[in-house]
Amino acid sequence: MAAGFKRKEGREMVEMNTSSLPDLIFTILFFFMMVTTMREVTLKVKFVVPQGTELEKLEKKSAVSFIYVGPPTDQLRAQMGSGTRIQLNDRYAEPKEVMDFVAAERQGMTNQAEQVISIKADKGTQMGYITDIKEVLRKSYALRINYSASRRN
Amino acid sequence: MPGLNTSSTADISFMLLIFFLVTTSMDTDMGLARHLPQPPDPDQEDAQVDIKARNILYVRLNFQGQLWVEDETTRGYADIGELRQRVKEFVKNEQNFSKWPEKHVKILDHLGRCYVTDKHVISVQTDRGTPYDAYFQVQNELVAAYAELRNELAKEKFGREYEYLDDEIKEVIRKQYYPQNISEAEPKKYGGTK
Repeated sequence: MAAGFKRKEGREMVEMNTSSLPDLIFTILFFFMMVTTMREVTLKVKFVVPQGTELEKLEKKSAVSFIYVGPPTDQLRAQMGSGTRIQLNDRYAEPKEVMDFVAAERQGMTNQAEQVISIKADKGTQMGYITDIKEVLRKSYALRINYSASRRN
Repeated sequence: MPGLNTSSTADISFMLLIFFLVTTSMDTDMGLARHLPQPPDPDQEDAQVDIKARNILYVRLNFQGQLWVEDETTRGYADIGELRQRVKEFVKNEQNFSKWPEKHVKILDHLGRCYVTDKHVISVQTDRGTPYDAYFQVQNELVAAYAELRNELAKEKFGREYEYLDDEIKEVIRKQYYPQNISEAEPKKYGGTK
């Protein structure tokens, strides 16, 4: 061994104390649990929401139900075609089924009066679909709606 | 008594962390909040509301997404950029112009005696083929127009932006001075000429 690098006797490498590492990770975990939301459903339609300037944030996530409108995703296009579809929960649905969907969603809510329906529709959707959905929403007394959009700069 | 070996707790919590990272999303949902009208009462067959022609501003979108704005003074295709100004002028009717919505006196809390055009209606009509984007932009401009009107009023009367006013005053402005009367059904009209 080279002269200058003689290992000194009786001096061991001190191991780093990692006992607080789990606490640290748990803290990060809790942080993420608070700031994020569960991904609701697997999307079966693809959509690009319109852009607006007068947008409001969706408060109270627990009172929000989503309706997705757009053409089927690329994987499903071969079977389902490329016409506009309405997605409720995990499947395609007809406009009239929105009523049951709204009622079912309302059942699971603690603050039923604050129910908000967020319509996430593709820019290019024809208004006919939206009008049908709105008509059913009116009939089911889900009057607070939200046209999902992204902010325009 | 040896202590419990906790060296794997970190790994476990790491796995939980990664699970949450994968299954959750951080994006905040935003959108244009709207209120739908109450469903029509089935008992009332002909519940059409009669509205004077001067009080109605028609905003129509055809199947190509072209915008048509019509009131008693002018009618014709318009650009989406003009809509906000048109709506503001129409709803405000500063000069009490006889072809724009009628103004009448109303005693309001906090504001006192005001001339308001609360009988105006903005009638948005779409075709089944209208692109959703065009409709959305119209809604966006309508909301923006009302927001600007309320803001201007707040600045004039209280010297503050609308959002910094007390909730009570806000409600008076929102519900009584500049109510959002946006109709998406065809209102019947009487009086005036077509």
